[in-house]
Amino acid sequence: MTNFMSRNDLLLFLGFAVVVLAMPIWLTPFGAGYPDLLQRFMIFGIFAVGFNILFGLTGYLSFGHAAFFGVGSYAAVWSFKLLTLDAIPAMIFAVIISGLFALVIGFLSLRRSGIYFSILTLAFAQMSYNLAYSVLTPITNGETGLQLTLNDPRVLDAALGQTFVGQPVPTLLGQQLGGYAGFYFCAGFLILSFFFAQRVAGSPFGMMLKSIKSNQTRMQFTGFNTRPYALSAFVISGMYAGLAGALLAVTDPLAGAERMQWTASGEVVLMTILGGVGTLVGPVIGAWIIKYFENILSALNDNILAQFWSFLPEGVADVVVKVTSKFVGDGWHLTLGLVFVIIVIFLPGGIMEGVRRLTAVARRSGPPGAKSHQPQPAE
Amino acid sequence: MANSNVVLHVADVHKRFGGLHALADIDLQVEEGKTHAIIGPNGAGKSTLLNVIIGKLAPTSGQVVFDGNMLTGRKPYQINQLGIARVFQTPEIFADLSVLHNVMIPAFAKRDGTFTLNMLRSLDSETTIRQEAEHMLEDVGMLNRRDMHAGSLSRGDKRRMELAMCLIQHPRLLLLDEPTAGMSRHDTNTTIELLKKIKERGMTKVIIEHDMHVVFSLADKISVLAQGRIIADGSPDEVRGNPKVQEAYLGGAH
Ligand SMILES: Nc1ncnc2c1ncn2[C@@H]1O[C@H](COP(=O)(O)OP(=O)(O)OP(=O)(O)O)[C@@H](O)[C@H]1O
Ligand SMILES: [Mg+2]
Repeated sequence: MTNFMSRNDLLLFLGFAVVVLAMPIWLTPFGAGYPDLLQRFMIFGIFAVGFNILFGLTGYLSFGHAAFFGVGSYAAVWSFKLLTLDAIPAMIFAVIISGLFALVIGFLSLRRSGIYFSILTLAFAQMSYNLAYSVLTPITNGETGLQLTLNDPRVLDAALGQTFVGQPVPTLLGQQLGGYAGFYFCAGFLILSFFFAQRVAGSPFGMMLKSIKSNQTRMQFTGFNTRPYALSAFVISGMYAGLAGALLAVTDPLAGAERMQWTASGEVVLMTILGGVGTLVGPVIGAWIIKYFENILSALNDNILAQFWSFLPEGVADVVVKVTSKFVGDGWHLTLGLVFVIIVIFLPGGIMEGVRRLTAVARRSGPPGAKSHQPQPAE
Repeated sequence: MANSNVVLHVADVHKRFGGLHALADIDLQVEEGKTHAIIGPNGAGKSTLLNVIIGKLAPTSGQVVFDGNMLTGRKPYQINQLGIARVFQTPEIFADLSVLHNVMIPAFAKRDGTFTLNMLRSLDSETTIRQEAEHMLEDVGMLNRRDMHAGSLSRGDKRRMELAMCLIQHPRLLLLDEPTAGMSRHDTNTTIELLKKIKERGMTKVIIEHDMHVVFSLADKISVLAQGRIIADGSPDEVRGNPKVQEAYLGGAH
């Protein structure tokens, strides 16, 4: 056991890294082993890990984090347009800009707590969304979305004498970041993001965030100025969102305002709650599950359903197809809503609580000698 | 009047809640190193007085001075950083965290101040603070509960833990709002012994207590509060003999 990281933390980290890097292999049987979807798993995993630093540790529920995601995307595309097609400067630029943006919105929103805080973040995000479509169209290119063109200046690339033929695409040291290269690029960032989140959660700073969630009044009477703690958590999670947004722009260099909409903000809340608020891996799993089912269910249509139910007698099959079709395709949000309601009612701690309960049952039914001495872990 | 040993001076404090005059013309001087008890019937304004001292409530008029620093108008965290810690009447603890972490947190406030961005250091490497917290838990007799969830402690244990949370900051002034309420006789006596031990180290204390056994074992000076006014103060013997106190509070029960 080192002072740097406890053995359990190290194992968790290594396990996580292996699971992520091997995703192209183990997700193939589930029909999800293709780069486009895998990239989204990584990107929304990062978004959720960061969101959990604010919501899970500090207890402040933001309904506006998609704004930072969107800002990250725009910033990255601008970096591709003005500086270079290389992804690294774009990521750095996006993280800085979304961090500054989060600093301003967080500073204002954190003057309130509870539901008022949530509503303030929602209002700021909707404002950003509307501005992106109106006053800010010179920056956002409005409804068309911001995209790369051959005429972009790209001063760094030009200075290096690099020229491109065809549609410009983001690169890493000259290598194009499509397909699996894009996946591994994003996976690297998810693993780094997870590592950093683990460090934060296991640091004195992380303990302060958890204490704010537990009893903010006590924190104040204990000598802590809680505002800068909450603001730091807010900015960090905003930077995570910006990073995720930038990665989306790397894999698909087109930024539109719709990714700042409140439904996108709500989605990351769902991911975090579904997986398990305040746990490290829960939010990532939540993100994967939602993106997976979005992908599977929204691709289904009446024809596929009819085939699936064809073993039923004709009349019955028609009815069943009619009913189930409401839950797939564009209606997949209905399924998501149902699953979410079920989880919140029966497993308020999310999937991670389900996992904990199962292991507890397994342990209890194990050999009697292996009686676990566990005085309620405190997280 | 000016006593050089006075470390806490509550001067002409009034507190009104709408029509209720919860504190009226309170003037209280607490001497360095002494244990000052405040007694009085329910609703007398004792907790309100502590709330004014620690900045939870602003007085309607008057001021509080601690060791030459004006407390009135300061934020609670600033007041704590000046060296004032409080055990609350209803335990204010971090119910979701372990007992050990509850006691470590105040030690960080003492060491690192109101805000530090120490997010890359590991909690496991904070051995000094951990050991300090363990010693503190040992002092209050709770080391065996260190890994328990604070929220699942009994009321008496929560209070002892909260006391440990205050003591680990080595405050100059410790405010105790009924520190033994909800404790067994045995734990009450342990707590009295602990508080006596702290006194030898020179910590100033203001203690609110209904349990006269506790009051008379600890107090150097007693102020009696009734309906927001101080109706008597003096040494324990003086207060015990005061007929006004007998009438208002002790009711001849002692
Ligand atoms: N925040 C508040 N708002 C309105 N009224 C309050 C507030 N705090 C206290 N009071 C009122 O002020 C009076 C004094 O209350 P306080 O809690 O100080 O009494 P106490 O002496 O501590 O009593 P006890 O022994 O029951 O703890 C009570 O009538 C109470 O209802
Ligand atoms: Mg009281």
